[in-house]
Amino acid sequence: MKRFLFSVLVIILSALFVGCSATDKKPNEEVELLISAAASLTDALEELKGPFEEKHEGIRLTYNFGSSGKLATNIENGAPSDVFLSASTKDMNSMEEKGLIDNESRKVFASNALVLIAPKDSAIEIASFEDIDLAAIAHLAVGEPASVPVGRYTKETLETLDLWEPLQEKLVLGSDVRQVLTYVEMGNADAGVVYSSDAFMSDDVNVLAESNAAWHAPIVYPGAVVKDSKHQQAAQQFLDYVTSDAGMETLRKFGFK
Amino acid sequence: MLEMDYSPLILSLKVAAISTFFVFVVGVMIAYYVAKRDFFGKSILEALFLLPLVLPPTVVGFGLLVLFGKNGWIGSWLLEWFDFQIVFTWIGAVIASIVVSFPLMYQSAAAAFESLDERLSNAARTMGASEWRVFYTIVFPLAWPGLLAGLVLSFARGLGEFGATLMLAGYIPGKTDTIPMAIYFAVESGQMEKATFWVMIIITFGFSLILWVNWWSKRNIRRFTRT
Repeated sequence: MKRFLFSVLVIILSALFVGCSATDKKPNEEVELLISAAASLTDALEELKGPFEEKHEGIRLTYNFGSSGKLATNIENGAPSDVFLSASTKDMNSMEEKGLIDNESRKVFASNALVLIAPKDSAIEIASFEDIDLAAIAHLAVGEPASVPVGRYTKETLETLDLWEPLQEKLVLGSDVRQVLTYVEMGNADAGVVYSSDAFMSDDVNVLAESNAAWHAPIVYPGAVVKDSKHQQAAQQFLDYVTSDAGMETLRKFGFK
Repeated sequence: MLEMDYSPLILSLKVAAISTFFVFVVGVMIAYYVAKRDFFGKSILEALFLLPLVLPPTVVGFGLLVLFGKNGWIGSWLLEWFDFQIVFTWIGAVIASIVVSFPLMYQSAAAAFESLDERLSNAARTMGASEWRVFYTIVFPLAWPGLLAGLVLSFARGLGEFGATLMLAGYIPGKTDTIPMAIYFAVESGQMEKATFWVMIIITFGFSLILWVNWWSKRNIRRFTRT
């Protein structure tokens, strides 16, 4: 039995190796672009995928969605990636400082705002961020401030309003913006703070208030080609497409600005 | 050495200890009842008990949210009648740990009970011992090595539970941040020193537990076989 399992393992592994080397040797036939993108871009980028692949024959897109901080850590530790689409300037800056991206290719492709959301059937009435009623909220879902950009903007906003400290005990820290949204959608958290683009896409939450842009650093999405990418040209083509009129229109459709 | 907050260690030990207690009591009881009997649907029931072992933690977490979420079947009921919330509390972490470590305890206990010589129990019964007395003077001591293995495995599994816990208990620093949670968020935010510290603690714990159980069972098997 052991020997059988071992041989199965060997076969699987060798198949994987053959698979890898085969794609490496034939760059002309099909390029697989690995896009590491902030979780908040999920829906917009899925929609972009079809038109882009149609327009650029031979390029196939594979997305890896996660919090920008995690993606930056992954790329830094050698995870294969061709394009990095970040939800925060900070993560992109640290990548640039470490020489992990092609600085020439870096550009801002979208911006966003913070909104306070509650479950659809919620009775909570809060008209603005300043009016967050500590007594009415048992759990406020926010992004983890050290690793999730939406969490950092939320922290800045709540600190500006002197609400961060009083809310400490009630904060549930999500591992990315989608998790924050899910916590609120399922009604487990009474309220949450996400990007307007996320709230825009969800049928299960109500937007209670939008934040004032002066309360936090500007929420812009910088993108860049990863320096170690083996498909620099295709990666640049993708980045250009995202910032093209067609790409911008799709992003706007999903609540980005 | 950087400034460390040790609350994840204490919370993890608390969660693992409480969940192991429940898993041990319930697991031993159910295994004892089920192991020696044959009834319709037994294999289906056993498969159900072992299911959390093979399911991804996210599936377990999803199931627990559906059950214990604020709008979940049990969760909404608890909230309405007792004003008690499981989601986003350390109790949620205990429940997640119980569910994922139960299969380990059940399997170890069932195997231990099944390998016992039924004639010993029957001999005691012919001498008028009650079922309870048979259990605690004969069955339990003889099955103890197997039960202990299950106990230790459950504890270690409970200590390391992450996926379902994050979904049910959330990450609230100082309230639901177990060691695996601390590791995950430390890595995500690039605090490698902090992550390394907790990783070393978890590895040391797991390693010494396994080492100790192996040593203990070897010593005891020798003792049992000698007599």
